[in-house]
Amino acid sequence: MIAGSKLERVLNSGHFAVTGELGPPKGADLEQLKHHAYAMRNHVEAYNITDNQTAIVRTSSIACGAVLVQMGLEPTIQIVVRDRNRIAIQSDVLGAVALGIKNILCLSGDHQKFGNEPQCKGVYDIDSMQLIKMLKDLRDEGVFCGGEKLEGEVKYYLGAVENPFADPFEYRVDRLEKKINAGASFIQTQCIFDIERFKKWMELVRERGLHKKVKIMGGVTPIKSLGAAKYMKNCVSGITIPDELIDRLQGAANKKEEGLKIAIETIQQLKEIEGVAGVHIMAIAWEEVVPEIVERAGLYPRPQV
Amino acid sequence: MIIAERKPLEKILDMVAPFKRICVLGCGTCVTVCMAGGQKEAEELAALISIHRKKENQEGTVEAFTIERQCEYEYIDQVVERLKGYDVIVSLACGVGPQTLVEHVPELRVLPGVNTTSMGYPKEQGVWVERCLGCGDCVLHLTGGICPITRCAKSILNGPCGGSAEGKCELGKDVDCAWHLIHDRLASLGRLGDLAVIQPPKDWSTSHHGGVRTTVREDVKVDRGE
Ligand code: SF4
Ligand code: SF4
Repeated sequence: MIAGSKLERVLNSGHFAVTGELGPPKGADLEQLKHHAYAMRNHVEAYNITDNQTAIVRTSSIACGAVLVQMGLEPTIQIVVRDRNRIAIQSDVLGAVALGIKNILCLSGDHQKFGNEPQCKGVYDIDSMQLIKMLKDLRDEGVFCGGEKLEGEVKYYLGAVENPFADPFEYRVDRLEKKINAGASFIQTQCIFDIERFKKWMELVRERGLHKKVKIMGGVTPIKSLGAAKYMKNCVSGITIPDELIDRLQGAANKKEEGLKIAIETIQQLKEIEGVAGVHIMAIAWEEVVPEIVERAGLYPRPQV
Repeated sequence: MIIAERKPLEKILDMVAPFKRICVLGCGTCVTVCMAGGQKEAEELAALISIHRKKENQEGTVEAFTIERQCEYEYIDQVVERLKGYDVIVSLACGVGPQTLVEHVPELRVLPGVNTTSMGYPKEQGVWVERCLGCGDCVLHLTGGICPITRCAKSILNGPCGGSAEGKCELGKDVDCAWHLIHDRLASLGRLGDLAVIQPPKDWSTSHHGGVRTTVREDVKVDRGE
């Protein structure tokens, strides 16, 4: 056990873990966020809090995480390398630990070109791989990136993301291994719509025994409407949606129910894939359906560990 | 080479409006090759300024000429008296030109006539691509000769990121993913294994982030016996 977070405990006990995701608002009123967090408190182990997702200015992920901690819930704060250099990130991580945050997820972040401050200067002082390594060294060696010693110690459960749908496909497994070597203990994947490609990726992962070195959580997003599916297919970088899935939604009378069904079926398939340790449900702007998905996927009640 | 583009004409007309004797000064090196500020472009711009000023009934003269390099004192020295005869000089050199001119001859008034964009090369007629950001610590030996600092939108050293799809960058289908190119290039060289190495955070202090850079070579400095 590294940080003793609930997420870490559930994953290490061998249970199929469930995490949710909350997007901070474009304002300082966190009531809605708290409401969503509270509503799924019995259905997820932890909540990812996005870090200015899609390069849009929102309340800070650490601030929202601290609010969750006050509520007795467990945040996983996301950190992207787009907006902060190594000084700011390390400083923020110390602050997050001081505020009781125990899970950290490292990402590159979407390019600022797509956000609401497209004229800003992108930072990219370090990349996501270096971020993982830097935070691992800070925790395990007690040294900052520049070599100076940390006062006291910090504990957190460190995760990263991987996108099995990005290219070059074969390299995606090498990259996973690299992230494990850099220090990731758990991995959350990009939303899975192309389950066949995900299965192929997992096969390669198992061939190398990587599923034994890291806890892999499959990403699942329920699709609310045909428009949302088309938008994700065409406009969101790193996401692939097969045409059959679009057709299936198109043919369905009740799109929302079909979207839920697809998500639930995906989770059920994930449970059967050797080496998948849990599911990360990203129902951004549709948070209220998370309890239903978890229940209908047969993942409720959650283990008490 | 250094690549530049002429500023929009309206901007230039605004900048020169208060002046009477105007010189458009071309530069014979990079900006000539990238067709932004050589003799031809200097003459063209001078003509455009003249026509506009005639229409607006503004008095004055507009002349154009070019020197080999505006970024070296020896070429400036050859025309310094002539330059002093103008109220203002619109320099069509890269951003280094106007600065060298005013550092060397402080009484000159110099305006930038171009926007300097990048260091790169002409990939085809009319297309110039950026290839180097002058980071001060070249990594091309690690990446098969493809610069990730310049060509990857996130300047990452351990790529490709999760946004790379079908060889293109998450920025858009018209931008190659530099790391996909690096991946394929290393594969063709039998060096794919190199990508397993976690490249440490880059030392940006050698780049512009370390402050303005001065390169000193004691061995080639002229000893003036001072
Ligand atoms: S690594 Fe640095 S010096 Fe080398 S090409 Fe790229 S930016 Fe230029
Ligand atoms: S897609 Fe490729 S070029 Fe674009 S940011 Fe990612 S690694 Fe860099």
